[in-house]
Amino acid sequence: MSMLSINDINVYYGSIHAVKGVSFDVNEGEIVTLIGANGAGKSTTLNTVAGLLKASSGSIEFEGESLQGVAAHRMVSRGIALCPEGRRVFQNMTVRENLDMGAFTRSEEEAKEMRARVYESFPRLKERRTQPAGTLSGGEQQMLAMGRALMSKPKLMMLDEPSMGLAPVLVQEIFSIIKQLNEQGTTILLVEQNARMALSIASRAYVLETGRVSMSGDASELLHDERVRKAYLGA
Amino acid sequence: MSFLTNLINGISLGSIYAIIALGYTMVYGIAKMLNFAHGDVIMVGGYLCFIVVSHLNLPPIAAILLAVVGCTALGIVVERLAYKPLRQAASLAVLITAIGVSYFLQNSALLIWGADPKAFPSVVPFPSLNLFGGQLTISSITLVTVLVCVLIMVALTTFTSKTKMGKAMRACSEDKGAAQLMGINVDTTISMVFAIGSGLAAIAGVLLCSAYPTLMPTTGSMPGIKAFTAAVLGGIGSIPGAALGGVLLGVIEIFAKAYISTQLADAIVFAVLIVVLLIRPAGLLGKEIHEKV
Ligand SMILES: Nc1ncnc2c1ncn2[C@@H]1O[C@H](COP(=O)(O)OP(=O)(O)OP(=O)(O)O)[C@@H](O)[C@H]1O
Ligand SMILES: [Mg+2]
Repeated sequence: MSMLSINDINVYYGSIHAVKGVSFDVNEGEIVTLIGANGAGKSTTLNTVAGLLKASSGSIEFEGESLQGVAAHRMVSRGIALCPEGRRVFQNMTVRENLDMGAFTRSEEEAKEMRARVYESFPRLKERRTQPAGTLSGGEQQMLAMGRALMSKPKLMMLDEPSMGLAPVLVQEIFSIIKQLNEQGTTILLVEQNARMALSIASRAYVLETGRVSMSGDASELLHDERVRKAYLGA
Repeated sequence: MSFLTNLINGISLGSIYAIIALGYTMVYGIAKMLNFAHGDVIMVGGYLCFIVVSHLNLPPIAAILLAVVGCTALGIVVERLAYKPLRQAASLAVLITAIGVSYFLQNSALLIWGADPKAFPSVVPFPSLNLFGGQLTISSITLVTVLVCVLIMVALTTFTSKTKMGKAMRACSEDKGAAQLMGINVDTTISMVFAIGSGLAAIAGVLLCSAYPTLMPTTGSMPGIKAFTAAVLGGIGSIPGAALGGVLLGVIEIFAKAYISTQLADAIVFAVLIVVLLIRPAGLLGKEIHEKV
């Protein structure tokens, strides 16, 4: 049975139909990636799973239980974390305070343990722990956003364009950390513009096109698919 | 000595404005709304305290506690009934609702307690302080007011910087969506900030009525507007800004009354606000914020 199972969901912004009957699954231990052009509905899909948006129809199940009507702030305790598009770290709060917010639903001991792990994955954050997040560089803010999401000890971590706006070296670093997190047992649902990188670390992938899943399959197969190469890999 | 007396009175009046402004600014910072009914909660606090002391003959401390508990509950109920349903509505609709709540509270007070001013009993039963061989007299309420304001400032600063709930409030004030992703219940947080703001308004009400002992249904409106001015002067959303703005406003008002004109004092207060906002649109300690509309 899959960990996250999305079945025929539709999401609207007023009259704009952003997600049109999308279905997909994420199995425990996998890295699954959603790729697609700007405006395809990737962020909308993740935000809906996170409870920030409501699907007007269809079902979302996590570990066999429906997420229907579950408020966004209850998702973390279920084991779902979202590292949102555009980082959205708390600018006026310090790095350490941001991380503490990530562990809001956790006990002091758990927070301490997770903080040590986050600092291990992102040594830069430890150096900057007393600095307001707003004064970090873009790459550092991305690390903070990921670290903050990790603090809740999620079973499923959703990442929305973690490589956005980062220099190639940093992109490599971010992706290797994602892979590492996955090897340590976190299931990953990854949304990316950088389709080549995403497909190279994912086990499976779904291609979204104007709110619909147009293709899906093993990541390595899609990496060599002619249509995917033309549309998303620039080759 | 009269200069010193005026300064002390100004700081004391300013401390009351500061306590009210803290409520305004915290609610604005988190709920992103101007709660124009905030001033009327002060009045309700005053009446609650008045009833307990005059009619129930309980000691002042019980009266103050009851006023705080009553106003805290009032704040939570008003938020739940009047503002929460408008969470997604345009800010203009929320503003008009707040004005409606303000009239509702004033008229309810008129209905319950009548229009005639009540003589507020003293709740600070200490003697005045005489300094410089009797040349300078500071009333106990003046001292208590300043002290209470300082205590509240310290408590709020500690709360928002040290406690988990306080930090969650700051997170909500920056980005409600991201705060929800952390597992923070935004509704509870907003409810809590209304509770804190209204509790502070009750304390301000008791202090205000003790210093200026006439109590009417409209008692809260002018101090409410001045405290709002103070919050904007200091930088709306900023806790130290509210305190600074409040004290400055009180001092300016008392000095204007003493040295320029009693009638013009209020006009001068608002003129200062306008000048400050022309030079520093975000207020004295406010951050330049880029409003996302
Ligand atoms: N708040 C909103 N109000 C109205 N329409 C929106 C809103 N957010 C997104 N949309 C629309 O929904 C569609 C899907 O947007 P979404 O943000 O999910 O795309 P995306 O795949 O994440 O794109 P990108 O790669 O650019 O981040 C787009 O057509 C977009 O214009
Ligand atoms: Mg997106």
